[in-house]
Amino acid sequence: MSSPARTPLFDLHLELGARMVAFAGYEMPLRYPAGIIAEHRHCRSRAALFDVSHMGQLRILGEDAAAALEGLVPADIRGLAVGRNRYTMFTNDAGGILDDLIAGREKEGLFLVVNAARKAADIAHLKAALEPACTVEPLEDRALLALQGPAAAEVLARLRPEVDELRFMESGWFELAGARCRVARCGYTGEDGFEISVPADAATELARALLASEEVAPAGLGARDSLRLEAGLCLYGHDLDETTTPVEAGLAWTIGRRRREEGGFPGAEVILRQLREGAPRRLAGLRPEGRVPVREGAEIRLPGGAVIGRVTSGGFGPTVGGPVAMGYLDSAHEAPGTRLEVLVRGRAVPAEVARLPFVPHRYRR
Amino acid sequence: MTIYYTEEHEWIRVEGEHATVGISDHAQEQLGDIVFVELPEVGKKLAKGEQAAVVESVKAASEVYAPVGGEVTEVNGALEDKPEIVNEDAEGEGWFFKMKLADPGELEGLMDRDAYEKYVEGLA
Repeated sequence: MSSPARTPLFDLHLELGARMVAFAGYEMPLRYPAGIIAEHRHCRSRAALFDVSHMGQLRILGEDAAAALEGLVPADIRGLAVGRNRYTMFTNDAGGILDDLIAGREKEGLFLVVNAARKAADIAHLKAALEPACTVEPLEDRALLALQGPAAAEVLARLRPEVDELRFMESGWFELAGARCRVARCGYTGEDGFEISVPADAATELARALLASEEVAPAGLGARDSLRLEAGLCLYGHDLDETTTPVEAGLAWTIGRRRREEGGFPGAEVILRQLREGAPRRLAGLRPEGRVPVREGAEIRLPGGAVIGRVTSGGFGPTVGGPVAMGYLDSAHEAPGTRLEVLVRGRAVPAEVARLPFVPHRYRR
Repeated sequence: MTIYYTEEHEWIRVEGEHATVGISDHAQEQLGDIVFVELPEVGKKLAKGEQAAVVESVKAASEVYAPVGGEVTEVNGALEDKPEIVNEDAEGEGWFFKMKLADPGELEGLMDRDAYEKYVEGLA
C-alpha cells in the first residue's frame, strides 16, 4: 500500500499535537490534545477549525456546464445563480448514490466539492460524461479549511468584513492571508460557518491567522463525525451508497420541482416513482435508551421481534449528552416516537425513532 | 501490593489472593474520551485472557480481558454514570472490577511497571 498523502497543513497538525490517522488515503488529524468531546463542544459554543483538504475540489468549465451536470445529478443546477451552491448527489441507473457533493455556480462554470474517498471515481465519471463539451479540472493545488461555529462569522469578518454578507449556501471570492480564496457559507456540523478554498501555499498562514483568534480551536475528524451525526447529515459510504436512493436517505428535498417534472438524471425512473409512491425503507434517527453507544451495523428490530433495519451511523453525541444513531428501517415504522430496539453485543437496547437533526441547525439563512 | 500489566494494556493490582483490574493510563490516552464502560457481573468466573469488560470511546468499542483467571467480587459502579473517571484516573479511581484469583501462579509472565513502560515505548 502506498503511504498516505499529506495535506498542506500536515506540519501544523503535528505542531498542534494532533493524533494522526489514515483516512481516505490521507494522513489526517483525528483529534488534538483537547480531545473529541472538547473539540465538539467548542464548535457548538465558539468556533472550530477543521482541515478538510482531503476532499476533492474541482471546476467544470464550458458554456453548458450546468445543463451538462444535470445529466448526472437530480438537483436543479441550471437554476443556480452565480454565487449560489446546492447539495446534491451523483446517482446511478438504479437510483443509488455514487457520491454526494456541493455544486456551486461561478461566473465561469461550476465549482464542486466531493468526498475524498470518491474523488478519483467522481472525476472519471465527470470526464466520461461531460468531456469534450466541458472541461473537468481537478484543483489539486488548493487546501480546504472549514471554520464552523457561532463565532465563525465574527472571526472571519475580522480578516475580511464582506464575508459576513454571504448567506447560507452562498459563496464568493475574497482575499484572505494574501491569497485568492473561495469562501462558501456552508459546512458539516449544523452550525453557521464557512468552507474556505485556499491555495496550498497560503493554507498554513490562513489557518494560523484563524487560530490566532481566541474563539477558535482546532478540531479533527473525530469531532467532525460526532457533529455531523448530531446534525443528521449523511456520511457517504455509511449512510449513503450505491444501494441507497436519495428518497430513502431523506434527501428528496434536494430534488427541485423542474427535475421532478422533467427527470433526465440517472435512476430518474426509480427515484421519481419513490417520490410519488414512497420508498420501502427510510433513513431515520434513533435515540437509544441509556448510555451504551449504538454503532454502525447494529440490527434494528421491533420490540422482541423481527429485524426491520440496520444502523448506518451511531455513537455518542456530546451535545445531546447520550447515544445517537441513524439507520435505515422499514418505512412502516419510521414515525418519530416509534418504540424499537437495537442489538448491541447480543443485547436488546430499547430505542425510539427520533426526528432529525438531533441538534437544531443554526445556519445563517 | 504489586501492580502488573498485560500486553493488552490492562493493569492488575494484587493483594494476597484479591486483585483490582483496570486499563492503563496509556490505554485511556490512546482511546481518548471514554463514554461508556460495560462491566462484568459480580460472581462471574473469568478465565485468564477471557473478555471481561468493554470500554467505549467516542470513536470505537474495545474489549478488556481478564489478566488472570478468577471470580469477579465487585465492580466499579461509579463508571456507569461517570465513565470519564477512566480518563481522569485510569490506574486509581477508574478501576473496573475486583476479583478473587483462581491461581496466583498465572501472574507470572505479566509485566511489572518498568517492563510495561519499556513495552509502551517500543509501540511508539
